[in-house]
Amino acid sequence: MKILVAVKRVVDYNIKVRIKPDGSDVDIDGVKMSVNPFDENAIEEALRLKEKGMATEVVAVSFGTAANQDVLRHALAMGADRAILVDSDAALQPLAVAKLLKSIVSREQPDIVLLGKQAIDDDAGQTGQMLAALLDYPQATFASALTVNGNEIVVTREVDGGTETLALNLPAVVTADLRLNEPRFVKLPNLMLARKKTIETINSTALGADTAPRIKQIKVTEPPARKAGIKVGSVTELLDRLRTHEGIQL
Amino acid sequence: MKTLILAEHNGTEINQSTYQAVTAAQFWNLPIEVLVAGSNVNAIAQQAASIAGVSRVIHADAEHLSHQLAEDTAKLIAAAGQEYKVIVAAHSSFSRNILPRAAALLDVAMVSDVLEIKADNTYVRSIYAGNVYTEIQSTDAVQVLTIHSSNYPAAAQSEHKAEIYLAGVPSPQHKTRWVSETRSQSDRPALGSARVVISGGRSLGSAESFEQVLSPLAAKLGAALGATRAAVDAGFAPNDIQVGQTGVVVAPELYIAIGVSGAVQHTYGMRDSKIVVAINQDPDAPIFQVADYGLVADLFEAVPALTAAVQ
Repeated sequence: MKILVAVKRVVDYNIKVRIKPDGSDVDIDGVKMSVNPFDENAIEEALRLKEKGMATEVVAVSFGTAANQDVLRHALAMGADRAILVDSDAALQPLAVAKLLKSIVSREQPDIVLLGKQAIDDDAGQTGQMLAALLDYPQATFASALTVNGNEIVVTREVDGGTETLALNLPAVVTADLRLNEPRFVKLPNLMLARKKTIETINSTALGADTAPRIKQIKVTEPPARKAGIKVGSVTELLDRLRTHEGIQL
Repeated sequence: MKTLILAEHNGTEINQSTYQAVTAAQFWNLPIEVLVAGSNVNAIAQQAASIAGVSRVIHADAEHLSHQLAEDTAKLIAAAGQEYKVIVAAHSSFSRNILPRAAALLDVAMVSDVLEIKADNTYVRSIYAGNVYTEIQSTDAVQVLTIHSSNYPAAAQSEHKAEIYLAGVPSPQHKTRWVSETRSQSDRPALGSARVVISGGRSLGSAESFEQVLSPLAAKLGAALGATRAAVDAGFAPNDIQVGQTGVVVAPELYIAIGVSGAVQHTYGMRDSKIVVAINQDPDAPIFQVADYGLVADLFEAVPALTAAVQ
């Protein structure tokens, strides 16, 4: 069994992004970039399936400029067998990524495509479902558990109000939630070894997908701030404030 | 042209957020249709027909729609999708699963979690865990979006019943099989629509104290319980009560954060609350920056005292 994992390069989750002075976009120049955390869960799950003897090969793919090599090296250092960079200078939106990814799926013929459930930069959460639609594959989003059972996988999904378990015929698309696993730490020697591995580069235009943006960003702004509150000295004062100032019946 | 609302329901009742999606869809001043998909959901279709402002209910009833799998439901939406200018649902795990799939089948983009509809095809949504707002314009002929339901009031019930149209259903796919589900059993109100929410963080220390400290207060206030990701990851609380970027977004009248540090991923899920109270031992905890009333105190003393003092 072969597993393809899609990896997005995003602003590190510890960084608070700033807005450019002209308000045209966020300013990510010189900001620390990392693997999208949910994609790290996806890589980890693929590696675990390989370590359990269920999968034979784990291939990581990323879409973007040459800078994306760092997240692919991270995937290789975690244990991925191969990495593919689909080179593109354009800002790729979820539908465009899904189309490019579809081409890579036709080429690689994986049994499972694993992705993070959303990227922490645009918070869209669409690519996996869109890919499944374009391939006419079954999908399991927000996965918190995954087992292989013959020619199907059984996936538990985190949904509002509980969980849902589905059995999917392979090939299938799965998007990872944070509780799917705890991604391993990358050891320095592995990172050094990963530097020596070659990353196959494919020019996105060679894949012939329509990647034109459908959505135009007009401007970005700071969200409205909540008004500054006050500190109260005791439970009694807190209740008094809520009752008299806010008119809350407590 | 028309707008289509994807109704969310549990088999017996339409979710409150569907009423809020109807309000959002009023923006276009076009006939509003509601898609009710499921198995034996005639009663749900009747409820949808009574939502004020709805002109027609599309009732899609088939055995294989009973669990509203994304594969079947997206196909159903896409089959009729070209008739609509806008396809809307409330942002939830249900719509996030289905609508991107439907959008790709229609070869259009999707706009997730819309905070404000500015114009015909122009929206405000948040990115970077709510740290930045972006105003965007979609160029597609069919606009597919989920709305941030707490930003919209619920549409009213109407005496007048809209027409119910029994729709044809595409044949089932046989690639996904529904196996089982677990639903949290609780006497408390639903987290997404509760008037009071009490959330606990990692400072609660254990699942036992999470329950022991917060439950009596929740019972007295008729509140729903929420939790931070840290508390969920530590096993203090079930995953479905996680409030934040990757969990549930709430906007109650009163939000009480107990032992919550206030990471942006958490505040994303609660900052639309009307009144926020924070109780935390750390005076520098970021939660105090978004709280109307902050109490620096040991939660194991302050919460029982608060519980005793409320009526």
